Amino acid sequence: MSRIIVHGLEKSYGDARVLERVNIVAQAGEFLSLVGASGCGKSTFLRILLGQEQASGGVVVVGDSPMVPQPTPQRGIVFQRYSVFPHLTALQNLVLVEDFRSGGPFGRVFGVKRKHARKEAEAMLERVGLSHARDLYPASLSGGMQQRLAIAQTLLGRPQILLLDEPFGALDPGIRVEMHELLTEIWTEHGMTVVMVTHDIGEAFKLGTRVLVFDKVRHDPQFPSAYGATITYDLKLDRKNRAASQDVAKVASMVGTARLDTAVATTASQGRP
Amino acid sequence: MFFGALPFLVVAVAYLVASGERLAANPNDKLLPSPTQMWSTFLDLATVPDKRSGDLILWIDSYASLIRLFAGVSAATFIALTLGIAIGFIPRVRAFLLPFVTVVCVIPPLALLPILFIALGLGETAKITLIAVGVAPVMVRDIANRVMDLPPELVAKAQTLGGNSWTMVLRIVLPQVMPRLLTCVRLALGPAWLFLIAAEAIASTEGLGYRIFLVRRYLSMDVILPYVAWITLLAVITDWLLVRLSHVVSPWAHPVEGK
Repeated sequence: MSRIIVHGLEKSYGDARVLERVNIVAQAGEFLSLVGASGCGKSTFLRILLGQEQASGGVVVVGDSPMVPQPTPQRGIVFQRYSVFPHLTALQNLVLVEDFRSGGPFGRVFGVKRKHARKEAEAMLERVGLSHARDLYPASLSGGMQQRLAIAQTLLGRPQILLLDEPFGALDPGIRVEMHELLTEIWTEHGMTVVMVTHDIGEAFKLGTRVLVFDKVRHDPQFPSAYGATITYDLKLDRKNRAASQDVAKVASMVGTARLDTAVATTASQGRP
Repeated sequence: MFFGALPFLVVAVAYLVASGERLAANPNDKLLPSPTQMWSTFLDLATVPDKRSGDLILWIDSYASLIRLFAGVSAATFIALTLGIAIGFIPRVRAFLLPFVTVVCVIPPLALLPILFIALGLGETAKITLIAVGVAPVMVRDIANRVMDLPPELVAKAQTLGGNSWTMVLRIVLPQVMPRLLTCVRLALGPAWLFLIAAEAIASTEGLGYRIFLVRRYLSMDVILPYVAWITLLAVITDWLLVRLSHVVSPWAHPVEGK
């Protein structure tokens, strides 16, 4: 629901440069998939967008104003792990959103507001298919259920931008497909801007409207960390006419994945979204 | 169940045999009194008013000691919770206080006892302070570590949901350190008893530790041994209550109920 403009973004840790010259213009409602070799800085980029880490240079504009350099309700996040609060039941995890938003100094809403928050939370649980687990603690939910809860929680925060850091990386393939469907539905419904980091090229092509590849273009053999990664490939996908397999193959070779076949297969298997 | 009871049984039998042998050689032996002897002394202490003061000694002692223990450990718990969370959650406070707490942690508390007695007098304040000062630093460090171990993802997530430092402490940090805090208190009770008995032995007019050290002069093992058993029983009950409390307060931290 908000556009993102990244201009000349840089990130270094001491002498080691992780990101350099990152430029992106993303329109509201786009779904960006970020792929790249392990350790190329795509997760760092996401954490900068989140505000958990600070850029060393460059600007990030969200909507019409520069991004606040710390996590705010403007941007929602789903991590691979640790995304829900282990000390709260599924329902409490969702009610917590309203508690934080308008709970005042106690971090808790009372009375009519609480009733309303519960109703909203229950509707959301229903939406992600967790009604039966409303009183369970995350420890007794499966990985897929926890991620569904995490997505539900983030959605209740009504973020303008949804950030996903390998959200399905720890899930079984079958569950993953289910989650893809859920995410696609929710994205179509709410139309927020999504930025997703993933290792799975098939997933990147299946879900995204645009695939961005992070890689290093400059190498210094004497000092490998002298140069950082930047965006080397920016592929806009047509929602109706999915990616051609040569595109998938090209991106896969850039990322250096060993699982090209599975990547092509995942993309090919779902011709029509 | 039986297997766990075996060591208790072995100790009890060993005591009975040794005590029986000594009493057979000398019926007036004071070192290893028989169970009946100890039981009757214990009953006297619990039910017969003292001739001089008219008090029921066991209950007076227990009450005095437990109040001191409770006050000292409560103060330490409160300090651990406030300082521990502040140090663990707010980097600025951590930079300011962590080195100090780390150093205070290694001061032997008993070495401070004379200072406390001089500064605070011989009354209750000094004893309670000794217990609090003795167990608080370790608890503070433990809670601070637990808070620092919270995944940064959880904090970032809470921030994206609109939490600020205060509401995050209330809704995320506090409930998540609760089980650790209760474990901390359980572990701290051991040293707390130690400091309590030490303080009572030196300057007191009632209390479980005072009594033990008082009757030591008369070699009254028939008082000392039941008192030690009584202290053990109190400690075990406190420990059990804390475990139950942890289950009630933080059910999420105990997913599988025992057995």
